[in-house]
Parts: sequence; structure tokens; C-alpha cells
Amino acid sequence: MRAYRDKLLLLGGIAAVLLGSRYSSAINPYYFQIIIYIGINIILAESLNLINGFTGQFSLGHAGFMAVGAYTSSAITYYLRPILFAEPSTFGEPVFFLVALIAGGAAAALIGMLVGVPSLRLKGDYLAIVTLGFGEIIRVVLQNLNFVGGPRGFSGIPLYTTFAWTYVFVIVIIFVVENLMRSPYGKAFLAVRDNEIAAEAMGINTTKFKVTAFVIAAFFAGIAGGLFAHYLTYIKPDMFTFLKSIEIVVMVILGGMGSTVGAVFAAIVLTVMPELLRTVAEYRMVIYALVLILLMLTRPQGIFGGRVNWTKLGARLKGARNKK
Amino acid sequence: MEFLRELPQQLINGISLGSIYALIALGYTMVYGVLRFINFAHGDVFMVGAYIGCLCIPLIMPMFPNEPVIGGLFVILTAMMACAGLGVVIERLAYRPLRSRPNLTMLITAIGVSLFLEYTGQLPFIFGPTPRSFPMMVEYKNVIRLPDLVVSTNQILVLAGSLVLMAGLRFIVNHTRIGTAMRALAMNKTAASLMGVNLDKVISFTFALGSALAAAAGVMYATMYPKIDPLMGILPGLKAFVAAVLGGIGSIPGALVGGLIIGIVETFTTAFLSSTYRDAIVFGILIVILIFKPSGIFGKRASEKV
Repeated sequence: MRAYRDKLLLLGGIAAVLLGSRYSSAINPYYFQIIIYIGINIILAESLNLINGFTGQFSLGHAGFMAVGAYTSSAITYYLRPILFAEPSTFGEPVFFLVALIAGGAAAALIGMLVGVPSLRLKGDYLAIVTLGFGEIIRVVLQNLNFVGGPRGFSGIPLYTTFAWTYVFVIVIIFVVENLMRSPYGKAFLAVRDNEIAAEAMGINTTKFKVTAFVIAAFFAGIAGGLFAHYLTYIKPDMFTFLKSIEIVVMVILGGMGSTVGAVFAAIVLTVMPELLRTVAEYRMVIYALVLILLMLTRPQGIFGGRVNWTKLGARLKGARNKK
Repeated sequence: MEFLRELPQQLINGISLGSIYALIALGYTMVYGVLRFINFAHGDVFMVGAYIGCLCIPLIMPMFPNEPVIGGLFVILTAMMACAGLGVVIERLAYRPLRSRPNLTMLITAIGVSLFLEYTGQLPFIFGPTPRSFPMMVEYKNVIRLPDLVVSTNQILVLAGSLVLMAGLRFIVNHTRIGTAMRALAMNKTAASLMGVNLDKVISFTFALGSALAAAAGVMYATMYPKIDPLMGILPGLKAFVAAVLGGIGSIPGALVGGLIIGIVETFTTAFLSSTYRDAIVFGILIVILIFKPSGIFGKRASEKV
């Protein structure tokens, strides 16, 4: 019954998004931009939540996955579009975009596997620095690839991202993450987070699950990167520094590590806030930093943080339905 | 052939850079030793030191018109004392309240402090975002001018300064009471406190010491590369961290050796390979060492207790 209900919600969500996208031209382009960025940031925050929040691994290199996805999908659309689509095609191009996005995600996922493997042996601080290092290495490598622009950046990317594309993926990732966490995979992730040694002793292959978390998260970060690139139509390696990674980390922490709702909430807040604070733009990062410090001193579990008991939650929902 | 001819020059360059990294790495390693925590904000203390030096030079140098070296010494000392204070304040406000919390919380707070220092520094009424020129302290002269080896006064002073500071640190750690207390804390915090060591004081002192070294490193770095800006501490800070890990985090000789190795590797990469890849190679070293020998060169193999 629950699976049926969830799939209904998924389709309903997608339908709502498609309906809403009809009005995208009616909105002020500035607000529209913010809405697109909110969507992209939700995907980034949710994907990082999988690594940081649910599996308990601290990754500071998420911008690297985003960059891989952005550059891969852009390279595909930029170089293949003139060949495949000499004239615009209303059916072919969206499919092309989807393929490019997924390819970007896949490339990012591959890198995610590479990054996830050292995580076997590293804990906490070390893992954070290594992931940061990977992020920087990715950036440096991209800076030296001249066929995607190198340090000057990659311009001329086709403008494929729309409200529909962005928010369909938002719905997809929330669906995937929620279902994943209610599945045995989710239990394994949480076990690894709570006590890795005990999990290993219970027979959970912590290696496999840690790498899986990285791979799935990287895939979605890559998709977000692709969406980002095809909205801005211009990307530079400098857009994906570890400062960007830290921005995403702050979103996950603010919302509460391990909370899906929290990640959405924080993504919205932290996308909108810089715009509201534009008048005091120089103080923006200072305020960011102070918020981070104060948050850690007072409520480190974030706004929606705190342990969600997935088993009890599922039982409670089932029970409520049975009582009716 | 080209390589051999340039080797001595690049070696000297590398050792100069490496000693600066070593000074910063010492701060990382000492704080890790007593708190098992990586102070992300350390690189930014380095930056603050450079700026304080920059601001103090026009005030202090005119007092020593004929003795620029002594003047420079006072500049470094001022920066060191100011940053020692800064380190203590940071520890007090941001890290001490979180000592009982999981390590992740402190790590995130450290990132917050780092961002705070960087971006407050960028505010126009503090340091301003545009890079500044670090005024010259000692007249730039090429002391040794062999055909393939040029050593400037700056480099000699950096090398000499680093040696003096490291010798001083060794003395403090090995031959004073508080140094013994630091070592005791690093070995076993609970036992040390049971033996009467005042944890708070020793930890504050460790931070002060590490920050002072970082400040000295900042001033020296600024004499070698005279453009300073509020974000200058990020990359050297990270590389110094790699150096500390390479040498074995928690080990003081390790930080020294690690710093020198990273400095030499970076200089060689820039000189003989390509300057664009130098950061990636340094991070690559980090990844390699963490995969194959996480305890570093001088570190101890810590087995995981269940």
C-alpha cells in the first residue's frame, strides 16, 4: 500500500512541476533565477546529506562532483549539438539534454567511487581533508583541460535548463533518498554512521555502503552541476572551489544532518538569504561564518536535526493507516 | 643536465618555502597533539600575522634606521605576540565550549572561524579585499651570486629565522615545565589532568605558541612574496596541513621534515614540471600518504581500540 502511495506522490509531484513550468515565463526573471538556484541547491544539499547526514562521513569535496557533472554534460552538449541538431528539434533536444545530464551524473558517480575508496580507512578530520584535496585536484585538472576552456572557462553551453527539468530532478532525488533510507540500504547507512565497528561486527560491509553513499550522492551532484551549467551557459573551474563545497556543507548542517526536510529548508534559506543581504553583500560571508559558529555552539544538530527513528516512523505511518 | 644545473637553486628555494610551511605545520601538529583536532583556522592566523607585520613596519622600522635586521626582528615579535593573543581568544571563544562535543562539531566551528577571519579581513575598514604590497624590511641584496645559485638576503633571513624559532620551540617543549605538560597532555589527557596539569592553561599556551609560529611564518612569507591579501592563508594553510600529516601529525620533528619535503616538492614541480599542477601534486601526496601510511613518517601506528 505504501509503495503505491509513494509512487502516486512521485507522479503527482512531477505533474505539479510540469503544470507549474507553464507559468515560468510569467515570473520576474530575477525571481525565476532564484527559484532555479533553489532547486539546484536542494539537489546538492540532499545529495550531500546522504554522505554527511545518513552515512556519517564528512565530505568537503562535493563541489568537485558538481564540477565533473557540469563539465561532462556541457562537453557533450557543446560538441555534439552542432552535429546532431543542425536545426532545433522539440523532441530530440530534451532527450539529448537528459542523456547529457545522466552522462554527467555517471561521470561524477565514477569519480565518487574513486573518492569513496580512500574513505575506507579514514575518519572524521582526515576524510574531510582528503575529500577537500580531491575537490581541489579535480578543479586543477579542469583548469588544465583546454578543450573545455581551461582557466578562462567554458562558454557557449546551450541553455537547456528549465523549471521543469530542475524540479523534476528535485522530486526524484527526494523520492530516491526517502525510499533509500527506508530500505535495508538506509539501515546500513545509519548503522555505519552510528557505530562503524559495531556495524562491521553485525556483518554489514561498511566499505560497500560507504562507497555506495558516495556514488549515489556524486551522481546527483553531477546532475545538479549539469543543470547549473546549462542554466548559466558558462562555467569556470573557479566556480567549484571548496568554498562552494563549504556552502553546501553549511546547508546540510543548518538543516540538520540526516534530515531531508531540513536540507530542503536550508537550501531555500541559504539561497534566498544572500539575495536579501545584497545590500550588505560584503558582510554576507562574515554573517555566514558567524551563523555557522553560533549554530555549532548552540544547536549543532541543526534546525531539523536529531535522530529520526526510521523504523518507528514507518510503523507509525502504517499504524495510522491501519487504525482508519 | 638542465635539472642538475638548477638543482642547488631550486633546493634553496624549496627549503626556504619549506621552512615556512614547517612553521605553520608545527602549529597544526601541536594543536592536534593536545586536542586531537585540526584547527582549520590556523592558515588564517598566518594571514593575520602577515597583515600585522605589514601594518607595523611603518611604525617600527623608522625606530631602527641603521639596523633593519633588528627592526625586522621587532616586527616579527609584534606579529607573533598579537597572533598568540588571537589564538588564545579563538580557543577560548570557539573551541573550549565544544570540548565535550563530538569532533565533527569542532571541525565545523573551525571552518566557521576560518571563514570569519578571511571575510572580516576583507571588509574595507579592516584589511580590504585588494592585495597589498608588503613593504621591504631588509634591503634586497643577492648575497651569493654564483652562476647557478642566487641567494638573497630574504632567503637567508627566512632560513635563519626559522632555525631560531624551531630551536626555541624544541627548547620549550623539551626543557620547560609547560613543555613537559604539553607532552603529557598529548600522551594521555586524563592522566595528565590527574597528575595536576591545568588542562585549560596548557591548551591555551599550545594555541598561543602555534599561532605565534604561524605569525612569524606569515611575516617571512610576505617578505618572500610581497603581495598579501585576506585569502592568502588558505592554500599555505592546507599545504602546511599536508606537511604535518606527511611528517606524522602530532610529531614535532615530523612537522619539520614534512614542511621541508612539501616545500621542496612544490618548488621542484613549479620549476621542472608545470606550475599549474603544483597544488594538485601536493594534495596528491596527501592522498597517497593517507592511503599507504596514514601515521606519516614519524607517526605511531595507532590501532583502533574497540
